[in-house]
Amino acid sequence: MADIQIRAVRKSYGKTPTLHGIDLSFDSGEFVVILGPSGCGKSTLLRMIAGLEDITAGEIAIDGRVVNKLEPRERGCAMVFQNYALYPHMTVAGNIGYALKVAGVAKAERERRIAETAKIVGLQDYLERRPAALSGGQRQRVAMARAIIREPKVFLFDEPLSNLDAKLRVTMRAEIRKLHQRLSATSVFVTHDQVEAMTLADRLVVMNRGHVEQVGRPLDIYHRPASTFVASFIGAPAMNLFTTRIEVETATVRLDGAAIAIDPLVAHALRGREVIVGIRPEQCRLTTEGKGLPARIDFVEELGVGRVIHCEIAGEAFAAAVAEDADVSAGDTVWLSLPPEQLHFFDAETGRRIEFPLPGTDIAAARGSASTTQHTGVLS
Amino acid sequence: MEKRAVFKSWWLPVLFALPQLVLILLFFYWPVAAVVNWAFTLEPPFGGAAEFVGFANFKEALSDPFYWNSVVVSLIFATVGPFFCIFIGLTLALAVDRQLPGSGFFRFFYILPFAIAGPAAGMAFRFILSPERGLAASINALSPDLWNPAKYGSHALALVIIIFIWKWSGYTFIFLLAGLQSVPRALGEAAAMDGAGPFRRAIDVQVPLLAPTLFFLLVTMMTEGFVGADTFGIVHSVTGGGPNHGTEVMVYRIVDEAFQGLNYSGASAQSIILIGLIMVFTFIQFRFIEKRVHYK
Repeated sequence: MADIQIRAVRKSYGKTPTLHGIDLSFDSGEFVVILGPSGCGKSTLLRMIAGLEDITAGEIAIDGRVVNKLEPRERGCAMVFQNYALYPHMTVAGNIGYALKVAGVAKAERERRIAETAKIVGLQDYLERRPAALSGGQRQRVAMARAIIREPKVFLFDEPLSNLDAKLRVTMRAEIRKLHQRLSATSVFVTHDQVEAMTLADRLVVMNRGHVEQVGRPLDIYHRPASTFVASFIGAPAMNLFTTRIEVETATVRLDGAAIAIDPLVAHALRGREVIVGIRPEQCRLTTEGKGLPARIDFVEELGVGRVIHCEIAGEAFAAAVAEDADVSAGDTVWLSLPPEQLHFFDAETGRRIEFPLPGTDIAAARGSASTTQHTGVLS
Repeated sequence: MEKRAVFKSWWLPVLFALPQLVLILLFFYWPVAAVVNWAFTLEPPFGGAAEFVGFANFKEALSDPFYWNSVVVSLIFATVGPFFCIFIGLTLALAVDRQLPGSGFFRFFYILPFAIAGPAAGMAFRFILSPERGLAASINALSPDLWNPAKYGSHALALVIIIFIWKWSGYTFIFLLAGLQSVPRALGEAAAMDGAGPFRRAIDVQVPLLAPTLFFLLVTMMTEGFVGADTFGIVHSVTGGGPNHGTEVMVYRIVDEAFQGLNYSGASAQSIILIGLIMVFTFIQFRFIEKRVHYK
């Protein structure tokens, strides 16, 4: 159990900066997921916590102790690697017990703990095999056992599930979560998969291009994305976004000639500004002809639990999730209603969320009770 | 997918293969046939056709104490030399593989000696390690003849082996560095997370995964030590087999016997014994060591 403090951490490779001042704080026992597209610096950040990358500037403290200059072995972290990184010339038992062997633990004690750990991950029958003779899921378990046996203060996961097939990934996800509940060590999990991120995280960190975009509980981030990047990165299909101008007289935004009603108070607050309006596909509703937004369907995706219709509105791709029994097919024109209370507004220049109520206004009914984050955009 | 060209006539494919066939016949099978022929025959002292003498040439070689001396010298040369070549190459490769500042510079200079011809290196070392000047002179100043390869066979043998090692460590270094670079970096990182320092990581993770490369180098370097052009070249240019046969490796003795002593038959018999010896060594290596090598 240990907390992790990351203060103004930067990383550059030569002259190329990859992390631009990261400030994060993870509580003891928390399961934190760092989510971002490839190249956003999430793995680099994780490897800096582990001690596998030098810290260019700033400091990282684990359990109150600054670890910048410490070797990986002195930091009390265990790591599960993306491609498992099992020692191919050692048996499963050898792999799991290697850390203890290095630490000079006596053989009998070592074997006892290997057996114990193997049991936790269900590998007790495979101890004498070599990694080459194991399936992907079993290798993943060996990698986890190797981390567990050290009883680390901090677990680091570097996209550990990305090499598994879809079904196994779901199972392993659940196992990792269960394991966390059992061991309750602080865990940092890096992934580019938003489903993994949403399901595993106590707290989610969304990164993009070496910056932290948003930190918060998964649902808060889903409901109140702090920027257009987060809005489009979290949720599948992605949030629909349009750059438009508010018409304050009619309290509408205009899309392809159709007027979408918005909250008059919001319209008043945003008058004259160019904004990006967002709505999640699952919040769009089919409505009767002549009402709302007309859309000609390009194609329909079947998901089983429902269908997603894809169309083009105001020159932008637009998706709407509808019920599985909705009578829609490619070429049809449907009418969509976009509920005003489900609309998100972002600053067109910065891409930051515009939060309501705005400071200095008296729109009393604050929507949602979700906690705000340090990165929330505020209108000055 | 199998690619197969079908020729309508029999002579066209033969024509295509002809240059290679001629080269192999001229420079490999013909000499081998000649050596085998000479090994079992003897030219009469006053001329005439060679006579078949059975194993007489072999018996003569094997009953010569100087022949057995050359076998011992060769065995020492071909085990000590390759051992240190591989050990030094491995140490250097492990160091360069860590990619510390300046490793590119060192990589270049570690390989460089291999580009120098063995006899040339031998001539250079004759001066560098000659007993009466430079470094060796100051050693000998402590006590006379602490280092005198011109006088002691053991010193001379050490000298030629040192030159061999100096040159061939660059060769093993290239292979071992390439081998190390194919060991996934994540394995070293995993070992680092498991608490192993650089030395422990090298012993526990990197070296075992280099086993195929190490085995390959063991076989090729021992063969090189027995029959390599440098083995002859270094001995020839540095000591000429002496003092008192102290550095007379088998290849040197064969060349000396054939072209100085003009005893082609004896030299041919010794060549065949040498080939047999290398075959035995290679067999032992494959039979007993290769089993312990993990290919993936």
